[in-house]
Amino acid sequence: MYFRPKTLLEATQTLAGEHAQILSGGTDFFPALGERCVQGAVLDVSGISELKGITREENHLRIGGLTTWSEIVAAPLPRCLDALKLAAREVGGVQIQNRGTIAGNLCNASPAADGVPPLLALNAEVELSSTHGTRFLQLSEFITGNRKTLRRANEILSCVRVPLGLEHAASTFLKLGARRYLVISIAMVAVVLKADAAGHISDARAAVGSCSGKAQRLMELEHDLIGARARAGIGSIAQERHLSPLSPISDVRATADYRLSAALTLLARALDNCAGSC
Amino acid sequence: MATTLASEAQAFTTIHFSVNGKSVSPAVSPTERLSRVLRESLGLAGTKVGCDAGDCGACTVLLDGEQVCSCLIAAGQVEGCEITTVEGLAERAPIFDRLQNSFLRHGAAQCGICTPGMLVAATALLERDSAPSEEAVKDALAGVLCRCTGYRKIITAVMDAGLNPAIQASPAAGNAVGTRLVRLDGRGKVNGTEIFGADEFPANALSLHVIRSPHDRASFHFGDLQFYVAQHPGIARVLTAKDVPGINCYGVIPRFADQPVFAETEARFRGEAVAAVVGDADVLESMDWSSFPITWDKLPAITTIEAALESDAQRIHSKREQNILVSGRVVRGDVEKALTESAIVVAGEYETGFIEHAYIEPEAGCARRVGDTIEVQACTQSPYMDRDDIAKILGIAPDKVRIIPTAVGGGFGAKLDLSVQPFIALAAWKLNRPVRLIYSRNESILSTTKRHPSRIRMRAGATQEGRLLAVDFAADFNTGAYSSWGPTVAARVPVHASGPYNVPNYRALTRAIHTNLIPAGAFRGFGVPQAAIAQEQLYDDLADRLKIDRLEFRILNALDGTTPTVTGQILGQGTSIRACFEALKPKWQAARAECASYNDRVEGSLRKGVGIAGMWYGCGNTSLPNPSTIRVGLKPDGRIALHQGAVDIGQGSNTIITQICADALHVPIDRFDLLSGDTAISPDCGKTSASRQTFVTGKAAYIAGTSLRTALLALAQTTDPAEITLGDGSFSVKNSDGFHRIELRDLQLDAHGYVLAAEGTFDPPTSPLDENGQGSPYAVFGFGAHMAEVVVDLELGTVKVTKIMAAHDVGRAINPTLVEGQIEGGAAQGLGMALMEEFIPGKGENLHDYLIPTIGDIPVIESILIEDASPIGPYGAKGIGEQAVIPTAPAILNAIHDAIGVRVRRLPATPDRLRAAILAYKDTPRD
Repeated sequence: MYFRPKTLLEATQTLAGEHAQILSGGTDFFPALGERCVQGAVLDVSGISELKGITREENHLRIGGLTTWSEIVAAPLPRCLDALKLAAREVGGVQIQNRGTIAGNLCNASPAADGVPPLLALNAEVELSSTHGTRFLQLSEFITGNRKTLRRANEILSCVRVPLGLEHAASTFLKLGARRYLVISIAMVAVVLKADAAGHISDARAAVGSCSGKAQRLMELEHDLIGARARAGIGSIAQERHLSPLSPISDVRATADYRLSAALTLLARALDNCAGSC
Repeated sequence: MATTLASEAQAFTTIHFSVNGKSVSPAVSPTERLSRVLRESLGLAGTKVGCDAGDCGACTVLLDGEQVCSCLIAAGQVEGCEITTVEGLAERAPIFDRLQNSFLRHGAAQCGICTPGMLVAATALLERDSAPSEEAVKDALAGVLCRCTGYRKIITAVMDAGLNPAIQASPAAGNAVGTRLVRLDGRGKVNGTEIFGADEFPANALSLHVIRSPHDRASFHFGDLQFYVAQHPGIARVLTAKDVPGINCYGVIPRFADQPVFAETEARFRGEAVAAVVGDADVLESMDWSSFPITWDKLPAITTIEAALESDAQRIHSKREQNILVSGRVVRGDVEKALTESAIVVAGEYETGFIEHAYIEPEAGCARRVGDTIEVQACTQSPYMDRDDIAKILGIAPDKVRIIPTAVGGGFGAKLDLSVQPFIALAAWKLNRPVRLIYSRNESILSTTKRHPSRIRMRAGATQEGRLLAVDFAADFNTGAYSSWGPTVAARVPVHASGPYNVPNYRALTRAIHTNLIPAGAFRGFGVPQAAIAQEQLYDDLADRLKIDRLEFRILNALDGTTPTVTGQILGQGTSIRACFEALKPKWQAARAECASYNDRVEGSLRKGVGIAGMWYGCGNTSLPNPSTIRVGLKPDGRIALHQGAVDIGQGSNTIITQICADALHVPIDRFDLLSGDTAISPDCGKTSASRQTFVTGKAAYIAGTSLRTALLALAQTTDPAEITLGDGSFSVKNSDGFHRIELRDLQLDAHGYVLAAEGTFDPPTSPLDENGQGSPYAVFGFGAHMAEVVVDLELGTVKVTKIMAAHDVGRAINPTLVEGQIEGGAAQGLGMALMEEFIPGKGENLHDYLIPTIGDIPVIESILIEDASPIGPYGAKGIGEQAVIPTAPAILNAIHDAIGVRVRRLPATPDRLRAAILAYKDTPRD
């Protein structure tokens, strides 16, 4: 069975009655099939226009679940989302950026999902819709591990909400892989820094991906950054002990030890990079 | 028995959309991949499929004007949309017209398999930005992988697409050699009409699925196969070893042939075929293969060279003691004595892993039975070898097998071995129905050959003045479960491991060792690139210890053609390695100074380095015959038919061989019509490997061309010097005794339909190697040197190659654009080998875990062509295909060492390995 509803209501009604795989941009859906053809029911949400686009609400920036990476790159967004834009440019080639959606990236929940660290750093939350209504979960809670989320089978990730308040903060994203373009990262970091009028860090966010089952915020580091002078050199505040939330694995891309050392280097660079402009 | 049928597959619906401006309404499953709908339902085979995972971009099309991977789009998602494929780009003229011509002009299409995707992505860019920057081109094209070109000519072609220079005039008679002629088979590559292995098949063709071992080593037994077939409507037959009518054994070197079509009782590697299921395509695609009636018993497997060599190791092939397939040996002088007498001796151990060819076209083909003949149309580098092996497998005479080579979407050595051919030939033979098979990316990587992993120990000694005195070299190659080209690697490496230098005392011992892993075979250079990684790094160490400039050390020791090589061969004229090094000297000195100055003043984590490496490589088989035969005929219409049997795998033999033949015949190249390497049509031009086609087949074409010229003049009852003009149905000869005109339409034709024809055969003169490897293994060697500049990030262990300079002695550049294409593509593969490529069985059977360089990884590559004519080659030409890849990786590794003092002896130099080496280096006390 193949369903391609035009509205979220129809989509949730379909899911209420049928166990279906959800298809949107197809950039994870098809590779996961391997050589087999599609089995079972498919709910293709790609035709639901209400799930597209980015809008500003009273307390949030609302990014529709079907927003593609290319749309994120092209959209006028506050500075704190520079990191997300940089991440968007690193998701595969333009072909993938034109199709891959933010909801798909979060629901696929790869430890190397490029979109997660920048959103995690901004305390983003996800909206899950079903015939029972909507519920909101912090992104940090929603993704529970390697390809595991709290999405229930009858729910659709309808939007991502980024709380307002840090719009003017500087942000950046650094991704490390063994080649330029089209690479699953060895490690990646997103950093958001805000300075007060006196030039001291008043809010700091740091998230690391590809170094644990799910991307992690480094709360201790964030705490240690508060009050520091916002200038190049701030990166040296990041120390090995701040990486304790990380639990990297060794795989074909890199060893666990290397991932930690690279994460620390990337953090320092991202902090230095942001400090000059926050 | 459990069976899962297509019961849950999606029902067909009619999808309405527009393709290339035309409305279409195919009835397909709405979750079918768009790429498949385009190719199979709409017959638009210009869109290629390389991975079905969005990793390679070959299937790129425009969806409402935006580039997308059509393998990741469900048919249902394009309802009401507008799709543009490569076939429809012509509607977007003039942008596309100019882009197409720019691709042809710059040689941006080699094999052509990535070209449709590249063109589509570039069109989307050019419609927004008619004069894009290099960065914009890279960003836009990054999603499409290319394995042939090294991307540079593609970038240039896109950036130059706005230009519309006058069409290049066809060269006049006698002027084809040396011109940058647009490749003769180029048009089909840029308009999507070229036929590759997967692109052509009869509508009634059955499909085939190969059942493969999930274990490195396992015995197995089948359940009730007849019952299985009976239970599954749509399955025609299951084939196993018992169904092979001839010999269930094949291999590229008949003396070592050991690979079964289907394993009989025990599978020797993960991915080995044990059975094939033949049936309707849609039925096979929805099968759950886990219910296939087979029981596996996993057995202890040998997966390392060490384990294979243990005294009590199980033999993988009963006849091969110690699991050694073959050994190689070249010994000259007294190595031990010379090392003792050396002022400085250096030593090193080096290791490389499996490397995947990663051509963008997975193996594919179709076979059909025509009476008592079997016809196999597939991508291949070696049609006559395929013919002979298929004949043995089917138990029929070779002339009852017809191999029809398609265009090859990249080969690099792996398409010398059989892949899909035995399965489809056997199935079509048995069922008397056409049968097709297209490998998935997974199956291609899982089951086809790789570059040999190597473990090398090497010592080298020199005098205080820097003269090389001795080299002691020992290498073990992991050849995997079957022989493939293991014997060739073991034989070729000891001949080459000195590099292109005078080494009076030499000992090189090699072994090809079986393990229960994927067979290693031929990959651009037959083991010589691995040896060069050891040799060229060690020579740098030696130069450093001697405090001699690394380039000067190489110049000092370079072969000059007058002293014997390590096999005792005096090469004579055409030995221009010294000229290659000399050509790089000014750039080398400037780059060294620039790196030193940068590193002295820099405070951050970046360091610059420059490295150099030399290379030599023998063209053709090692001390073995490898003749090519070219037939060329004058047709009654006055045109020339060239039986061009040297399979063009993108390197350009269709063009090169014709250029040579045209000049030998001394007529304009546009009078030529090419016939393919179809074994029913063209004589044997041997395999496309060993950098032999320009040299060996080129020489055959030269001989055939000059013979036909003699015959034409004889028919006109005159002799050279003369000017021959080919007309419509006639030809004329003008010389000092007047003007002769011959009408052709009334003349009697030979068996091939020609008025006159000539055949030329050439087999390069070599001599056998004695027990010490002494003799003349090759008639001609190519020489070259690469210089690489890098920036190393000390903190991350990452390396960015910023420039490659490549000087090659090619004898004569028959077509400089195509020669540069080989150099740039070879350098790109060398860069991959140095920095990112290693296939780990079980963990890399796709193109996102197995990484090859993207458009963003390849720096500017500057080629310097040295044309020191070889006395034997056609117009002095030598091969360049393999030569190009050999020096790049060691040049990069030497540049890394130059930048940060760290030696990488285990490849590839991935960021984690390099960072670990940097940390270890910091902890090493030094004086």
